Amino acid sequence: MNGDIGLWAVPLAMLGGAIRVSTPFLFVSLGEVITERSGRINLGLEGTLVFGAMSGYALAFLTGSAWIGVLAAALAGAIFGLVHGLLCSLPRVNDIAIGIALMLLGTGLAFFFGKPFIQPVAPDLPAINLGWWSDLPQVQAALRVNVLFLLGFVLALALAWMLRRTRMGLILRVVGDSSDAARALGIRPARVRILATAFGGALAGVGGAYLSLFYPGSWNEGISSGQGLIAVALVIFARWSPVNCFFAALLFGAAGALGPALQSVGVTSGYYLSYAAPFVLTLVVLILSSSKSGALTGAPRELSITK
Amino acid sequence: MSVAGDLPKAGAPSRAWVIPLAARIEGLLLPVAALLAGFAAFALFLLLLGKSPVDFFALVYKAGFGTAFSWSNTLSRAAPLLLAALCVAVPARLGLVVIGGEGAIVLGGVMVGGLALPLSGWPPLIAMPLLACMAALAGAVWIGAVGALRQWRGVNETIASLLMAYIAIALMNHMVEGPLRDPASLNKPSTAPLAEALRVGDLPGWNVHWGLAVAVLACIFAWVLIDRTTIGFAARIAGGNIRAAQVQGLPVGKLVIGFTALGGAFAGLAGYFEVSAVHGSANASLASGYGYTGILIAFLARHNPLAIIPVALLLAGFEASSGLVQRRMDLPDATMTVLQGFVFVAILASETFTGRLNLAALLTKGEQR
Repeated sequence: MNGDIGLWAVPLAMLGGAIRVSTPFLFVSLGEVITERSGRINLGLEGTLVFGAMSGYALAFLTGSAWIGVLAAALAGAIFGLVHGLLCSLPRVNDIAIGIALMLLGTGLAFFFGKPFIQPVAPDLPAINLGWWSDLPQVQAALRVNVLFLLGFVLALALAWMLRRTRMGLILRVVGDSSDAARALGIRPARVRILATAFGGALAGVGGAYLSLFYPGSWNEGISSGQGLIAVALVIFARWSPVNCFFAALLFGAAGALGPALQSVGVTSGYYLSYAAPFVLTLVVLILSSSKSGALTGAPRELSITK
Repeated sequence: MSVAGDLPKAGAPSRAWVIPLAARIEGLLLPVAALLAGFAAFALFLLLLGKSPVDFFALVYKAGFGTAFSWSNTLSRAAPLLLAALCVAVPARLGLVVIGGEGAIVLGGVMVGGLALPLSGWPPLIAMPLLACMAALAGAVWIGAVGALRQWRGVNETIASLLMAYIAIALMNHMVEGPLRDPASLNKPSTAPLAEALRVGDLPGWNVHWGLAVAVLACIFAWVLIDRTTIGFAARIAGGNIRAAQVQGLPVGKLVIGFTALGGAFAGLAGYFEVSAVHGSANASLASGYGYTGILIAFLARHNPLAIIPVALLLAGFEASSGLVQRRMDLPDATMTVLQGFVFVAILASETFTGRLNLAALLTKGEQR
C-alpha cells in the first residue's frame, strides 16, 4: 500500500499522527495555562493524565458510553486538581513538590484500580472522517479526526477570548500577576487558584480519556509516556497563550508521530531512539524559550518557576 | 502583658540553647508524624477496600525486616535508594528540586554494560574503580547538565531533569536493543555480561553487596561536605538567598553545577552497583524506579544526608516486601506506589506546621515556674 505514494507516506503519516497525538498535549496544556495564569504550577498533571485515562476507560467500559468515560475522567482530574490547589493554599507548602507527589500518587492509584480493566474492551470515541474527498487510504487515515481534537481547538479559542475579554479572565490575570493587587480588589487569590487548578486537572483528565478511548485506544500501564510532563513544559514555550498551545501541541504531536511514521515505511533503525524525540524537542524548546535571568516574557508574575 | 516580660532576663542567659534544640526536635517530630499520617491514610484506604491494614504492616515487617534473608534483601535495595536520594538531597541544599535521578542511574548502568566487553581482560584492581568512575561520570555529566542549563539559561531544573530521565531511558533502550546488545540475550535484551572477575561481591560476613557500604560512606561524605565545610556553607547561603550570595562574591555558578554533578555522580554509582553487583549486565531492569523512590526519601529526610540512611532503610524494607505482600493479600503491583504517594503528600503538607509548634515556649515553660 505504501508503494503507491512512496516516501510521501512519512509526512502524511506525521500529519495524521500530529492530529491524533496532539490532542492530549492540547488538553493538558490548555488546563495548565489556566492554572499557571492564576500563579500556580501543577507538575502533577502526568499523574492526573494517567488516572484520567484509567477512570475514563473504566467508566466507558462499565456504562457502555465513551462520553460518560470522558466526564468521569474530567471529574477525577478536577478532584486531583482540587487536592493540589487546597494543599498549596496552606502556608509554606511548595506547589512544585506537591506536583511531584501527586504525579506519584495519581499513577499509583491509576495502576492500582486499573488492573481489572487492562483486558476488557471499552467503546471508542467517535471520529469524523475529514478525508472523504480523497481516494488514498493514507489521506483518509490521516484525516480521521476525533471530536475531542475539534473540541480542543474551539476551547483554545474560547479560553483566549475568556482571558482577554471577560471579567473572569481579568480576575485570573490579576491573581496571577499580583496577590496583593488581587486582595486590594477584594478578590481571594487562594480561592481563584484552587478553582483554576481544579479546572486544569479536569482538562488533563479529559486528555487522559482521549488516550485510552481513542488513540492508542486501550488502557494499559504504559499508556502515557510523559505526555503530561511535556504538556507542562509546552505551556512555557507557548508563553501562556491558549492559541499558541494549539500550535505547540500540533508540533509536539508531529514529533511524537515520527517514530511510528518512519516504522510504517520500513525504517526501523533508531526506533527506540525516536521515543526520545518529543523529550529532546521539549528540552530544546525549553532552553530556547528560557533566559539567563530567569525572567520569561508573558509569564504570570506570581508563578514560582519564574520568581 | 508588658513588653519587658518577653525580653530575656539578665538572670537567664542560658536559655539561648532552647531555640536550636526546639528546631531540632521539630525537625524530627514533623517528618515522623507525617510518615505516620501517611501510613494512617493508607491504612484507611486498605480498610475501605476491605483489606486488613494490620495484616499489611505485619507482612511488610516480616518480609522486609523479620528474618536474616529479608534483611539482606532490604539492605541490597537500600544501596541504590541511598545514592538516588543523595541525587535529590545534594542539589536541594542550593534550593534546586532535581527529580531526574532515574536517568543518571540508568546511564551509569549502561556505561558499565558498554564497557563490560572492552575491559573484560583487565585486572580487577584497575578495571573496577575505572568502571565505577565512568558510571559516576556519566551520571555527573547528565545531572550536571541540568545544573548548567539552570545556571546559564534559567531552565527550570525540575522539568529539565525529568525530561532528561525520559531521554536517558530511551537511550538505554536504544543501546540495549541495538549497538550494545549481546546476541546471546534472547528473551530479555541485555548488554554483554560483566566478566566474573569484575563483579562486585558481598561484604565480608554479610549477604549484601559492597554498594551498601559505599552508599553509606557517600551519605557521610555528603553530610560532611554540606554541614562541615565552607563549600557547604556557601551552598546553603546560595540556597537561601541567591542575590545575597552573589553580593558576597560566592561562586554561585560553580556551586550549582558542582552540586548537581555530585548528585548525578552518586546516582551514576547506583547504576554501577545495579549492574556489577545485582544484574550482571545492563538491561531494562535498570529503570526500576529507584530514582523516584529516592525523591521521596530525600524529602522525608528533609534533605539531610545522615537522615537519609534510616529513611532509605525503611522504604527499602517496604520495596523488598512488596512482592510477597501483594501476592499474599491479593493486591495489585502498584500498592507500594500508592503508599509512597500518600506518605509523600503527607510529608509535604506537614511543612505547613514548620515553626508553628512553638516548642521553644513549651521547653522554657517549666523553667519559668
